[in-house]
Amino acid sequence: MSTNKIIPIGPYHPLQEEPEFFRLHVDGETVVDIDIEIGYNHRMIEKIAESKSYDQVTFLVERICGICSTSHPFAYTNAIDDLLGVTPPERALYIRTIVGELERIHSHLLWLGLAGHFLGYNTVWMWAWRYREPVLDIFERITGNRNHYAMFKPGGVRRDFYEEDFPWIKKTLKSLIPKFDMFKGAVLDDPIIRARTEGIGILTRQDVHDYSVVGPTARASGVGIDVRKDDPYAAYDKVEWKVITHEGGGVFAKAVVRILELYESTNIILQCLDNMPKGDIDLNIKDMPAGEGIGRHEAPRGEVFHYIMSDGGNSPAWHKVRAPSFMNIASNKKAVIGGTISDATIILAAVDPCYCCTERTAVVDYKTGKKLMDGQDLVRLSQEKTEKLRSKLKS
Amino acid sequence: MSLKLKALTKSIWVYHLCAGGSCNNCDIEILDLLTPRYDVERFGIMLVGSIKHADAILVTGSLTRKAVECVKRVYEQAAKPCVVIAIGACACGQGMFANGPNTPDPVDSVLPVDIYIPGCPPKPEAMILGIVKLIGKLRGKK
Repeated sequence: MSTNKIIPIGPYHPLQEEPEFFRLHVDGETVVDIDIEIGYNHRMIEKIAESKSYDQVTFLVERICGICSTSHPFAYTNAIDDLLGVTPPERALYIRTIVGELERIHSHLLWLGLAGHFLGYNTVWMWAWRYREPVLDIFERITGNRNHYAMFKPGGVRRDFYEEDFPWIKKTLKSLIPKFDMFKGAVLDDPIIRARTEGIGILTRQDVHDYSVVGPTARASGVGIDVRKDDPYAAYDKVEWKVITHEGGGVFAKAVVRILELYESTNIILQCLDNMPKGDIDLNIKDMPAGEGIGRHEAPRGEVFHYIMSDGGNSPAWHKVRAPSFMNIASNKKAVIGGTISDATIILAAVDPCYCCTERTAVVDYKTGKKLMDGQDLVRLSQEKTEKLRSKLKS
Repeated sequence: MSLKLKALTKSIWVYHLCAGGSCNNCDIEILDLLTPRYDVERFGIMLVGSIKHADAILVTGSLTRKAVECVKRVYEQAAKPCVVIAIGACACGQGMFANGPNTPDPVDSVLPVDIYIPGCPPKPEAMILGIVKLIGKLRGKK
């Protein structure tokens, strides 16, 4: 490894919006190893959540990530509903589903644009972002903000939809379908995009299992995992739709999966608007009993998981978040190695990474660079605590 | 008005600096400014990849411990005069992370911020208005 050259990328580089640091070990043109250093975005959200009330945490988890800013509240409110053992009113479930799917459309279009930009197709970038604007307009109309919608609350949603908006929303969404057709044509039929993306950054079915990859990244390797289908929540079991998978596992397959999901999301929203029942939108939860709950949601990037532990007080005793990029970023190690440097950009971007969702912390000795607490230490601490409790019980 | 400042108001090239602890939303809205609906490139405002080409730095995020040194180093490399624009609630006053354990200092304690554009995230229109006000300020108008 010592003869290899290292190409540092970052932490501030024009490739992605967030600061993160890649160290590409290269041998000539070929990437032989990669180190990914993140942590610039670590805000200790789980810790801050312990100092906020349950209602405030909804807004806090929204700010984990701006692109999937409904996914985290979705999973969080699912966790709270699980803790309480309640199901929100039917209308609230439909509203949640619509907001979640609108977010998927805007996120996939955003990714498509950035991927086009990385490949040198700035036209794709401009067009994808231009047709993302109508989706943001719908958001602004129904939630009041272009991003960070603040729609969710434990036991329901915060705002109701107006029936008179429905025709306009449907018209806007239907007007997007010809645009999706255009993207499908532009990506699937363009020989250069095919040549640049097909057969690079391949994750096999086995890699998907080894790295526990989730979301479109896994579905592009033919693994049809989707929380919306596997463990239905909100209104996903009340509408007709299918899980999109594609064989191949390369960057091309990931693009195909995302483009086809645009149609499915539009389909889900239109069905929800047609079938939305009337009634309450909120359970008006007042008390929070002690207990624990988990919530899952299929974010645009994959499964996001929230765990809440309550001691009966005003704020969570413990809050744990696992975002999809946490698993997907590690698969870069498999996908990038063996490719050329010029392909590294698009492969790193192909999992649609979101570092601000993923940040973790590790305690490192500044001088020696050694981790003060690694996995074994934590296991040891845990075992010691059990031992302590056991001896206390005996005495 | 010095020649340098006059040149600065003509076509502002901006560098986007995420000071860590950003949720990406302000960053996405900055990119949104360049796309067809807002298209600020027609006014000569361009996003550049290197700090050395930049006339203005757009700072987002609530400045985490790990990012502080990097942010300082990036600012040192900028050609002066260079204006610093804080975008979003986090960069303006740390927003939700004001008491966060890993976000001890606000952005303006490290960088000399010239204008603040609040909002979570600010709308692209607000950012354009901010830039317009900045140009007015540089030209000495009230």
